[in-house]
Amino acid sequence: MKRPDPKLLVQPAPLLKQPLTTSMAMRDVLIALAPATLAGVWMFGLGALLILLASIAGAVATEWVLLPDDERRAQLANGSAIVTGLLLGLTLPPALPLWMAFLGGVVSIGLGKIIWGGLGYNLFNPALVGRAFLLAAFPVAMTTWSAQTGPTGFFEVAASNLAAPFMHIDFDGVSSATPLNLMKFQHQSTALWDLMIGRTSGCIGETSGLLLILGGLFLAFRRDLDWRIPASILIAVAAFTSLLVLIDAERYPGPLFSVFSGSLLIGAFYMASDPVTSPLTPKGAWIFGTGVGLLVVLIRVFGGFPEGVMYAILLMNAATPLIDRYTQPRVFGKGLKSPRGGHE
Amino acid sequence: MPTSKPDAYQEFIKGLWRDNPVFAQVLGMCPMLAVTNSAVNALAMGGATFFVLVASSFLVSSLKRWIPKQVRISTYVIIIATFVTVIDYSLQALLPAIHKELGAFIPLIVVNCMILGRQESFASRHSIGLAVIDALGMAVGFLFALLALGSVREILGNGTWLGLDLFGPNFEPWVIMVLPPGGFLTLGLLLLLFSWLAERRQKLAERLAEMEVEGT
Repeated sequence: MKRPDPKLLVQPAPLLKQPLTTSMAMRDVLIALAPATLAGVWMFGLGALLILLASIAGAVATEWVLLPDDERRAQLANGSAIVTGLLLGLTLPPALPLWMAFLGGVVSIGLGKIIWGGLGYNLFNPALVGRAFLLAAFPVAMTTWSAQTGPTGFFEVAASNLAAPFMHIDFDGVSSATPLNLMKFQHQSTALWDLMIGRTSGCIGETSGLLLILGGLFLAFRRDLDWRIPASILIAVAAFTSLLVLIDAERYPGPLFSVFSGSLLIGAFYMASDPVTSPLTPKGAWIFGTGVGLLVVLIRVFGGFPEGVMYAILLMNAATPLIDRYTQPRVFGKGLKSPRGGHE
Repeated sequence: MPTSKPDAYQEFIKGLWRDNPVFAQVLGMCPMLAVTNSAVNALAMGGATFFVLVASSFLVSSLKRWIPKQVRISTYVIIIATFVTVIDYSLQALLPAIHKELGAFIPLIVVNCMILGRQESFASRHSIGLAVIDALGMAVGFLFALLALGSVREILGNGTWLGLDLFGPNFEPWVIMVLPPGGFLTLGLLLLLFSWLAERRQKLAERLAEMEVEGT
């Protein structure tokens, strides 16, 4: 007998469903990235927009080709390939040839995601896998930074953007060092306000620090990311650099410069916090973020590269399964011993 | 051996593709990854392995009756090492440039598990003729795999193939391809391609079998 309005509803768990879905989370990320993306395109001109489009096209096309027919529509509709492509594009230098950006999108999705089994199974952040591949394959193109074009030169696309595939790239004369390069090789600091509003050279989406923080806070309030991860990264970087400044203020960059320069903010808010490749437990999130922060400063200050956010996040991605395993919370009602599924 | 003619053909052909030492058995990875940054190096390594494998298979198969079971592995290694020494000194005398390029990897052919594997699993149990045919097939398969990997890496990493300039002077090399990560990436992609083709072939064979069943 079926009653229209049961007084007692008996159904299996879960009883409360969270309305958050993958496509909603991806839409939130796109909204959060929009201000920084627009600022990057505004500052670096039409070429930057073309790079973003090329890397998104590479990511979406690879997803389309490599997914099985029956999953294709659903996976493409959730927008994760667009987010990966956009994140990759935002971490590329504005003078990069478009075909390299496209190839980066292909590698991001192919090697970074599909080969692991698709969305949710990848060990490393796909966008950073693509970027690491590009940096290893084309070290010169990936570290040539062009100066900002500004509104006057908005429609001038650099010749290097349009370089033919596989062919040598002629970079335009105006190249300029990033704040981190200046710090590392010429020992020259950049004004903090310029770093905050993004009036420096660098990757397309990494320069405008305040807009990145704005988007990151939006994501944190929407609960799309675990606030502990960016918080612990920034705290670790600030603490470590403060310590270094206490040792020798002349030699080492200060905490504010370190937080606002390079790709730390975009990495901390949008890449390290990727729920697939970061620990699930709160304690694990703190460990993960602290690890990323310490590695960033180690690579920047003591390593050969001026910037280390990408490698720091990739290294901690590799440690994530281990962190998850060791920070498993105790199952309610079980003994204090052996929280990791021993036989006792 | 006239009686085993079709058998011999099978023994030769299996090493080329179906049981390819690299793509199907995933053996001999050390030279595979280490010396394939150019097609010429891959050819030289493949040639050296070819000689060592065929010669050792011949000798092991002809001596199999006198090799005591207890010390067979060490005997195989001594036989293999003998031919490795021969090829090592020959290369040094005839092609010093390539010998220098390959460096320590020529002596390391001794520990190529693919060669030892063929002695243990095939040459020591079959007649001389079959052993040599099996070794030929496996060696050609190995050479083919090395050449495939070396070609991809040289073309992308250097813009040349066997020293021939393919893209003209304006080529932008993919530095990663001549570095170790490029070896791993390319090998992984080739293995992927191989298993994809194998799977497709199997599906096709199954479909054909089904159609035959339906037809009869």
